[in-house]
Amino acid sequence: MKYVLKKFISLLITLFVISILTFTAFSVIPGDAALAKLGIDASPEAIAQLQEQYGLDKPILERYADWAIHALQGDFGQSFNYSRMSVSELLATRLPVTIILAVMSLLIIVVISLPLGMLSAKFSGKWPDVVINQTTQVTMAIPSFFLGIILTVIFGIGLKWFQVGGYVSPDKDFWGCVRYLIFPAIAVAIPKIAMVVKFIRNSVLSEINKDYVRTAYSKGNDENQVLYGHVLRNAMIPVITFLAMVVAEILTGSLVIEQVFNIPGMGRLLITSISNRDFPVVQASVIYITAVVVVINFIVDIIYQLADPRIRTS
Amino acid sequence: MKKRNYNLIIGLTITGVLLLFTLIGQFWTPYSITETNVALKNAAPSLEHLMGCDNLGRDILSRVMKGCGTTFFVALLTVAIGSVFGTIIGALTGFYGGWLDRIVMRINDILLSFPSVLLVLIFISVIGKGKYNVILALGILFIPSFVRMVRSEVIRYKEQEFVKSARVLGAGNMRIIFVHILPNISVSMLTTAAIGFNNAVLAEASMSYLGLGVQPPEPSLGRMLSEAQGYVFNAPWYAIWPGIVIVLIILGFSLISEGLRKMTES
Repeated sequence: MKYVLKKFISLLITLFVISILTFTAFSVIPGDAALAKLGIDASPEAIAQLQEQYGLDKPILERYADWAIHALQGDFGQSFNYSRMSVSELLATRLPVTIILAVMSLLIIVVISLPLGMLSAKFSGKWPDVVINQTTQVTMAIPSFFLGIILTVIFGIGLKWFQVGGYVSPDKDFWGCVRYLIFPAIAVAIPKIAMVVKFIRNSVLSEINKDYVRTAYSKGNDENQVLYGHVLRNAMIPVITFLAMVVAEILTGSLVIEQVFNIPGMGRLLITSISNRDFPVVQASVIYITAVVVVINFIVDIIYQLADPRIRTS
Repeated sequence: MKKRNYNLIIGLTITGVLLLFTLIGQFWTPYSITETNVALKNAAPSLEHLMGCDNLGRDILSRVMKGCGTTFFVALLTVAIGSVFGTIIGALTGFYGGWLDRIVMRINDILLSFPSVLLVLIFISVIGKGKYNVILALGILFIPSFVRMVRSEVIRYKEQEFVKSARVLGAGNMRIIFVHILPNISVSMLTTAAIGFNNAVLAEASMSYLGLGVQPPEPSLGRMLSEAQGYVFNAPWYAIWPGIVIVLIILGFSLISEGLRKMTES
């Protein structure tokens, strides 16, 4: 319990630090939103009026406190760009899409990497290991957005397995949305598979020489029983932590891939908002993505602790 | 019997050929990189235009050659910023330790646990888009990985005999760090630099693809891919060539870093 509490407090601190950093970062830049909206030819009075409307004339500490209190209630203010839309409304429509995409990519990564990693470890140094190693080395070098374009050309334009640009919103047709997201998810997943395979392989190899493995063999288990019954469980513990890092990578990968496949998720929103200098949206998106990453790390720490009682006692 | 380090050999070959290709492109390209020609709009690869022409009738090969230059330039400066500052900070905090070391490492860990593309995006949205801003943002973001590596190596070496002997001979702290310890970790530094190159190329391509990095009319591989995407129906080669070159650059550097890692292990 003490462990959970400690991790929870560190989660809150990280979020607090990130919120302060993003807030000050967007406050110190020259050319605020009022100027951006009205243009440099605007009269000083008009700018001052808009600044007052957005609350930009108050001192920075007051503005942070104001923003943070509202943010805690889920209110991130108005978007400068999408008129009549609050930032939270915008995010509420965009975030689920990105999360669905990220979850699908993670599933693909795990489903492909786990058997490949085990195979690689089982035949360590022999040809299956070498083939897997060299192939993943190449797939790792393909940027996800290039892979996305290739997949579009082959499966979208050539084979017509999905309709290019035919995104369906998950509210309307959840499975239709999942179907459209399969290829983007593959494009995000494939470059990441290499490092996960390598990590699983090394994790299994480091377990394989331990005493309990020899004991398991001497009790009459065959190789597969030892590998899947004994080694895998122990080897998975560090892999879980590693996957938390992969999730962070997947999230950023999906930010870029949304641009390729025309998916209206967080990534598209973030990129357009950066180009338009729509800071309330950028701020809130950054906080949201950070929160997702931090919360996942927190959950993983807890799972880790449940899976390995040694951490609890130490 | 010593096994040949194929990773290093192939990686160096790929990177070497690409560097040559890029260097030539800095002084000579088959065609002008900005001259447009309506008659050659989306022309397919031919003997005159080996990689075909883009949507404005510009020669793709020439633009890829120049674009590689931009990519290498960005990667080189990024890694330079990251390695110089990272090495200095890592060496000093590792050598002296203390409360400053703890604070720096805490910040370092937070930065490293963060998705780097997201950090670059935040950076770009604050300081604006453009080539030099991307270099600055990426360079700063690469500092933590160097800090961590150099720090841990310095800690490993600072209690060893040769350092103690150097001290007995009257060498000062700075001399011990930079003349005695750092040369010993040069291979690790090269490995980290190669990984840095790899990430820098990928990040620059992504940023330019998103329209936040290198700005037109300067050619950039990432930018070419985003322009090509609108024409994949009738000119797939426009997307394929720049993409393949990006893959080769990244593959070259990742093979080099893998090869260097094997070298330190054996």
